[in-house]
Amino acid sequence: MLKQIEGSHAVAEAVALCRPEVICAYPISPQTHIVEALGELVGEGAVGNCQFINVESEFAAMSVAIGASAAGARAYTATASQGLLFMAEALFNASGLGLPIVMTVANRAIGAPINIWNDHTDSMSQRDCGWIQLFAETNQEALDLHIQAFRLAEELSLPVMVCMDGFILTHAYERVDMPTQQQVDAYLPAFEPRQILDPAEPVSIGAMVGPEAFTEVRYLAHAKQMEALELIPEWADEFRRAFGRDAGGLVHTYRIEDADTVVVALGSVLGTVKDTVDEMRSRGARIGVLGIACFRPWPLAAVRQALAGAKRVIVLEKSLAVGLGGIVSTNVRTALERAVPVHTVVAGLGGRPITRASLTGIFASEKLEQTTFLDLDRPLVEKVLAREKELRRSGPRAETILREKHGLPAR
Amino acid sequence: MTVFQIRIHGRGGQGVVTAAEMLSIAAFREGKHAQAFPSFGSERTGAPVVAFCRIDDKEIRLREPVMQPDALIIQDPTLLHQVDVFAGLAPGGTILINTSRSFEELGLKELMHRYRTCTVPASEIALKHVGRPLPNAALLGGFAAISEQVSLDSVTAAIGEKFSGKVAAANAAAAAEAFRHAQAD
Repeated sequence: MLKQIEGSHAVAEAVALCRPEVICAYPISPQTHIVEALGELVGEGAVGNCQFINVESEFAAMSVAIGASAAGARAYTATASQGLLFMAEALFNASGLGLPIVMTVANRAIGAPINIWNDHTDSMSQRDCGWIQLFAETNQEALDLHIQAFRLAEELSLPVMVCMDGFILTHAYERVDMPTQQQVDAYLPAFEPRQILDPAEPVSIGAMVGPEAFTEVRYLAHAKQMEALELIPEWADEFRRAFGRDAGGLVHTYRIEDADTVVVALGSVLGTVKDTVDEMRSRGARIGVLGIACFRPWPLAAVRQALAGAKRVIVLEKSLAVGLGGIVSTNVRTALERAVPVHTVVAGLGGRPITRASLTGIFASEKLEQTTFLDLDRPLVEKVLAREKELRRSGPRAETILREKHGLPAR
Repeated sequence: MTVFQIRIHGRGGQGVVTAAEMLSIAAFREGKHAQAFPSFGSERTGAPVVAFCRIDDKEIRLREPVMQPDALIIQDPTLLHQVDVFAGLAPGGTILINTSRSFEELGLKELMHRYRTCTVPASEIALKHVGRPLPNAALLGGFAAISEQVSLDSVTAAIGEKFSGKVAAANAAAAAEAFRHAQAD
């Protein structure tokens, strides 16, 4: 059924259609609307046999999800930003124990400086914690990915993060096609746990493992993620046949057939990138797009194939590996067999808009550096750097930058 | 049809974001694609707030803020002295201002030659029907009268999706009165 609703609400409805049995909720912007809406749906009795548990922190949210999942319940939670960091220890436990929890991450920057707006720093910081990470381009894809995520998680006994851009998607009203309960039931079988805490058949989940077996247990975690590289495209095909639209998969390509330059990106910015590429193509530029739909496991073969003809790769990323440059671009380089220049463009940090005008300038540039910060106020940062050279007590950087931005005299 | 872009300016507490959302619902009800989203800045009661809506016949992929609007809805005329509300307005674009004064009285006469202009005393209309000076729904009624993007029926239905009962009915009545006012303007 077509609806014009907020992204958060669309995800909440889709999660409800997946028949979760435990939802643990702790609010943090820009995720809060999702669990609020789920709380209402559970309260109305619209989610069947589901317990909605208010917890006291994100660490508790993930811990309750771990307990619920180990007891055989389909478990869901959502978070963002500092909330994801606060549950970091439990994230490794969920994946290390092989518990198929599904979590939405409404992507948001990480402080300091405190900032509540969108970028990908939160989920990128947890890229190696053993969770599968899927990135949504639109609200339609966000809701569809949740339906796929439960099935994937439960088949592999691994947790899945569905990453969607905070505010840009979570707070946007746009058209979505909400599937029916029958469609979701036909695609997503009931949860058959591979392990369960059952007093009748006791097992230990979370046994201490010494050097004699730790490598083997970790190898299995890796092997299961690599299995996902086979399952994800297969089930995306099945999803297309069942629901009549594309969602998920490992990568999406757009106009790359004869492209000299390929722009790699993930999440909602792909829409703006495609519009920019269409404009540049109409003026004769040979440029295309590679969207990464699955970031973990890293779809190395699919990325390699998509970039096979590229003469230049530009990775547009909403995150920054401080002291290195790009995170996604570092991954992209592992997929390239040839010596092709890979340029990192760091964009959209802390919610800065990414515009077609700025993207066109960068994509058309013949002289890109290894790492470029889109729309960086270079005179301002140079001024602050010069001040730091001059003054030992140069003061807090955030305050200095803000005073300059607002035309106030330096302290 | 190419994309039609609307930018709504107001102050925190005036329902600016809700207005953009309702406008997108109204367009959706007419079979169009629509996208509504807030500007991403600090929202405090009384602080300048911006929200956006795009309407198109095809899927809308673009996620940048609306920088070259086809129409502006200004929910609070005191913003005219604080924010460059007219920035980027497309030639021949539409300006709808919530005020009981005219463009001449606001010192904006020269804009009348370049743009399609309209004023609606939306706060007063809302006060009369809703009991609070919340101009957002009334302004959408005014917008329906002066643009070809949405009908009053669709605006009324959108109000009914966001509000219920007496509040919905009162806001719908405000939208209808503003619609008539804008038609006569």
